[in-house]
Amino acid sequence: MTRVAPRIVVIATVAFCMAQAAFAQDSVARQAPGLAVSDSALEARTAAVAATLRCPVCQGESIQDSPAELAQQMRAVVRDRLRAGETPEQIKAYFVSKYGEWILLEPAMSGLNIALYVLPVLLVVGGLVFVVFLVRKWTTPPANAN
Amino acid sequence: MNWKRALIAVIASVPIIALFAFGFTRNPAEIPSPLPGRDAPVFRLAVFAPGEPPLSRSVGDTIRLPDLRGKVVVLNFWASWCLACRDEHVALSETARGYAGQPAQFLGVLYNDRPAAGLRWIADMGGQSYPSVTDQRSRTAIDYGLYGVPETFIVDTQGRIAYKHLGPISEAVLRQWIDSLMPKRTAPDTALRARLR
Repeated sequence: MTRVAPRIVVIATVAFCMAQAAFAQDSVARQAPGLAVSDSALEARTAAVAATLRCPVCQGESIQDSPAELAQQMRAVVRDRLRAGETPEQIKAYFVSKYGEWILLEPAMSGLNIALYVLPVLLVVGGLVFVVFLVRKWTTPPANAN
Repeated sequence: MNWKRALIAVIASVPIIALFAFGFTRNPAEIPSPLPGRDAPVFRLAVFAPGEPPLSRSVGDTIRLPDLRGKVVVLNFWASWCLACRDEHVALSETARGYAGQPAQFLGVLYNDRPAAGLRWIADMGGQSYPSVTDQRSRTAIDYGLYGVPETFIVDTQGRIAYKHLGPISEAVLRQWIDSLMPKRTAPDTALRARLR
């Protein structure tokens, strides 16, 4: 009897600790999915905005893709501003007010920027018309062939 | 007929050559900043390098931009790992000393660096006459649209950014801007005449 009692105490203590641990894990498991979802949603929104902003110390990279320290710090600014309730447009406007339109990887389609979008299309269409004109000229037999 | 084709080729190539010529006159690293002419972003930064008397501030003091209203503020972003910062250090330190007692405030802002490294750098460079502050997570640097170091901003007495300088700054440029922005003082004889009237 005297040998059994300490064993029962040890078993009871271990069982109690395991139950506590299981309860704690359960409560974490119940909270974690919610936290993970909101964090991953914020991260996804941060990544979406960061992908549109140019890294000032890189060559043609977004602050989302760049490992540069300044890019990481700018991503943190994006995250903090999203968390504070700002919209992606407000955040982009903040960076434009500091760095100019240059900071946007895709310039806004307004003013002179329209030329950036329209000129390539015009050049391609003009080039195609020119090629068609030349091919037709080369393939048409001369009128006085006969 | 060949001269007609040659003429068309010349006329077509002129705008392309002109575009290239214009491109070669531009520095691709120099991107126009939208900040000059606008209110300087407000900052509140803690001193880590005190500077030297009479321009010194205590370590841990907080320097706020609104408290500097009425002074020309020279805000220089620097780092101990920045080689070009060595080139402008003497010019900044000596010019700041030259404006002691006048409404001008020089302030160094440590960028992406540890204060201990900054202090070692200052000691290696033989001291810095004006105080330097730390910028946690580069928030002030981003607020000022910083690309790298060194960059210097000159803020007028009304708190507007008057000038942004990329790269090492010279004493001549500093003096030219500070003198042009310094509050105009009444000449002594004019003041005396006004009092006698």
